[in-house]
Amino acid sequence: MRKRDLIKRLVLGSGLALGLSAVFPATAADDTIKVGVLHSLSGTMAISETTLKDTVLMLVEEQNKKGGLLGKKLEAVVVDPASNWPLFAEKARELIAKDKVAAVFGCWTSVSRKSVLPVFEELNGLLFYPVQYEGEESSKNVFYTGAAPNQQAIPAVDYLMNDLGVKRWVLAGTDYVYPRTTNKILEAYLKQKGVAAEDIMINYTPFGHSDWQSIVSDIKKFGAAGKKTAVVSTINGDANVPFYKELGNQGVSAEDIPVVAFSVGEEELSGIDTKPLVGHLAAWNYFMSVDTPENAAFIKQWHAFIKDPKRVTNDPMEAHKIGFDLWVKAVEKAGSTATDKVVKAIVGLETPNLTGGIAKMLPNHHITKPVLIGEIQDDGQFAVVWQTEGTVPGDAWSDFLPGSKDLEGDWTAPINCGNYNTKTKTCLGSAAK
Amino acid sequence: MGMSASRRRCPHLAGAFVCLILAGMTWWGTAVAGALEEALPGLADRAFPVKQQAVQALAATGDGRALPILEALLAGDLYTRETADPPVVLARPSAAGLRLTHPLTGADLGDVERGAVKKIPLNNALRTALRGGIATLTLSSPDPVVRSRSAKDLMRDPSPESVTALRARLEQEEDAAVRTTLVLAVAVADLRVGTPQARLEAVSTLEGSLHPEARNGLTTLIANETDADVKAAAERALIAIDDRLTWNARAETLFFGLSLGSVLVLAAIGLAITFGVMGVINMAHGELMMLGAYTTYLVQQALPGWVDYSLFVAIPAAFIVSGLFGIAIERTVIRFLYGRPLETLLATFGISLILQQLVRTTISAQNVAVENPSWMSGSLQINPALALTYNRLYILAFALLVFVALLLILKRTALGLQVRAVSQNRAMARAMGVRSARVDALTFGLGAGIAGVAGVALSQLTNVGPNMGQAYIIDSFMVVVFGGVGNLWGTLIGGMTLGVANKFMEPWAGAVLAKILVLVFIILFIQKRPRGLFPQRGRAADG
Repeated sequence: MRKRDLIKRLVLGSGLALGLSAVFPATAADDTIKVGVLHSLSGTMAISETTLKDTVLMLVEEQNKKGGLLGKKLEAVVVDPASNWPLFAEKARELIAKDKVAAVFGCWTSVSRKSVLPVFEELNGLLFYPVQYEGEESSKNVFYTGAAPNQQAIPAVDYLMNDLGVKRWVLAGTDYVYPRTTNKILEAYLKQKGVAAEDIMINYTPFGHSDWQSIVSDIKKFGAAGKKTAVVSTINGDANVPFYKELGNQGVSAEDIPVVAFSVGEEELSGIDTKPLVGHLAAWNYFMSVDTPENAAFIKQWHAFIKDPKRVTNDPMEAHKIGFDLWVKAVEKAGSTATDKVVKAIVGLETPNLTGGIAKMLPNHHITKPVLIGEIQDDGQFAVVWQTEGTVPGDAWSDFLPGSKDLEGDWTAPINCGNYNTKTKTCLGSAAK
Repeated sequence: MGMSASRRRCPHLAGAFVCLILAGMTWWGTAVAGALEEALPGLADRAFPVKQQAVQALAATGDGRALPILEALLAGDLYTRETADPPVVLARPSAAGLRLTHPLTGADLGDVERGAVKKIPLNNALRTALRGGIATLTLSSPDPVVRSRSAKDLMRDPSPESVTALRARLEQEEDAAVRTTLVLAVAVADLRVGTPQARLEAVSTLEGSLHPEARNGLTTLIANETDADVKAAAERALIAIDDRLTWNARAETLFFGLSLGSVLVLAAIGLAITFGVMGVINMAHGELMMLGAYTTYLVQQALPGWVDYSLFVAIPAAFIVSGLFGIAIERTVIRFLYGRPLETLLATFGISLILQQLVRTTISAQNVAVENPSWMSGSLQINPALALTYNRLYILAFALLVFVALLLILKRTALGLQVRAVSQNRAMARAMGVRSARVDALTFGLGAGIAGVAGVALSQLTNVGPNMGQAYIIDSFMVVVFGGVGNLWGTLIGGMTLGVANKFMEPWAGAVLAKILVLVFIILFIQKRPRGLFPQRGRAADG
């Protein structure tokens, strides 16, 4: 049968998608400062990343209305890495080497960030990365404006443990680097807090998993042991929808077994029927429902730019706004867009975030953020039920993993190192050149 | 209106504690006279603990007017307003926006625009308190179904007050079914608070009960029990319960497997026609399903308020839309490529990308929300430990229905006869006067239409987005190849086998490994039997 051989080729055929990404050519003018936008506009991640591309375009437009930067206009260069991790590296190289952009705003998944990291370090570019991630990284060339695990996962677990009295834990995640590392940190943290091994259930599912019947049934059984149970979910993207639907259909309500998610925000909820999700939780550093004048202004600006009053705002958008503001301030302070000058100028700079606090760039290239826990409401928004007092500084290296407890990132003189061992006083990786 | 004043004084969660005391004092001071009127404004407070206090106060009044207020709050029909009195109002959608009514008197307060009043947000603690409060108030409802539900709600989280209420109700309850629930609820409560004698009796009441609360109660009891007799009895009861649960779990896994299998069959059955019967490698098969799912979405948009019936319109509509797309694809592209599988593969892959982009640009790159009709939500409770979800049950039945319909079309109709004739020996069929080009187009349209119908079913289970088809294309080919190319029965048995195998492996192998194992199994199986489970026989098939 020849048809049978062809099945193999079907798989290979999908590789063709690589070649089909659209490239937006940049028309260069000499008196502009270029800003790279490296977000997938096609493929699986387009759902989340397209919004971030629009956010950067809005920020650039606003800055130009204010008169640009250093007397020059800003110009956004948009490329489409098409949810294809190796292509991220190629497009990053193109942006830095060919288009000579001053800074790049981009990436969503950790694997795409890992893919571009060597390019940014080799060509000495600047990347602003706006999404919550698993930590264990600090690069001279990357600014992590999303949450590190101690700014999202750990406070969420604390809330469940102290406020809801949770004793049994399900750590459910999609099978890739962010959930695996986060769950490793959480497992170590829970055990340190005296949770027994049999009270922790860890479960991984493939990307886009849609058949949740047996997993939900397992969670139900795990939760029927007389102790308050919660699910800590690092399930990514749209696999969440059938997961929550199945929870609803099998009669698991948020009052019995609450699910706290780290990847479900307003944008993800806008595509689904939220009835079965009401009462489940999410931990972020920003919610659209937060009632501050800064946030109201940002939402108004977003609706005016996107020309659709129904569009929502979310946490990574706020991270891009903070990152962009800090970059503009650093360039103004340094009087130049040169990478080394900006890296030196940016540490210690502050800008207001949208939730009424201050975001400060730390020496490890992470920022200070408040942590908010919200409960999903039937209109797809979150009602804040708990938040930290003040902001939490981002920790690049987790204190709960044996390998990274003693490490810290510090990109100021004299240490200038992303993984400095505070015990041996040595830099284990390569120091800044 | 002491509490409406405290509401204004409590803008932040930080002040919650102070507010709590204030609200508590206000309520205490005027507990008897007009307790309902006094407790009500507390619902308008921004701090959740204050609201919870107000809910408990409302429930404790035992006043019949409290029940509709609590129910409205749980349903999200209770709003607050800044200016006028009362600060808490009932609101229902109306032509002008929202129609407000007084929560206590039911007096009409006129229409306001949306946004003029704010919905009272809830959290889980508040929802639990609400359910408890409603259950206490409805325990003596005239409707036995309501009474039974209240008893179940109170069983979940028994408090000393609710136990007293349950016992009082049990004394006068006459309905047998409600009595059974009440006896269980009292027993569960007794496990926690009763004397050793009462605990022992409670254990024997709960022996063999599949209620999760019974098992929960027993587990907690065993961990804390000091009386040896009670402990031993509880352990025996627990073993008996676990024994019964094991059998339930097996039945459940079988159902899960069949339901996963039915999804595979639905996804693959259209392909069984285009790939199996016609031999066309159609990489756009997933996108034809996606079109069916989007048709469901558009039908729901066109018929707002008819969610419960929209599927009956969506099924034929999706069949027609995807079928027409299928015929168009066959007439414009595939018919030039018969006998050149590699080109067909590439061309249809291109078509799949075009269709995805079409949806992305015309509708949205975001996923769209397809609502589930109410009759497909929830589950069929076989016993307290075994529940089959309705959406999966209906889709299982639907898959079998589609299968039978397709089988009848192929075996009993003129079109089916012509399809089989052309697929077995094209030249001979043409010689007998069959217009093979027309048959090709119709067959492809039929396969595509079935894919569209499968899309309607998928829209009820998973996300509807431009990429949704890609998740099913490999699975569909897998099922068709495993079942035997060109054989519908093979597709049915193949899909169900793979579904059940996957689900029985999942508990010990995990979802990721189970999928890999199934794939490895198919590869080995195909090495042994290259034609699948049910190979097609005949001279033409050998060629």
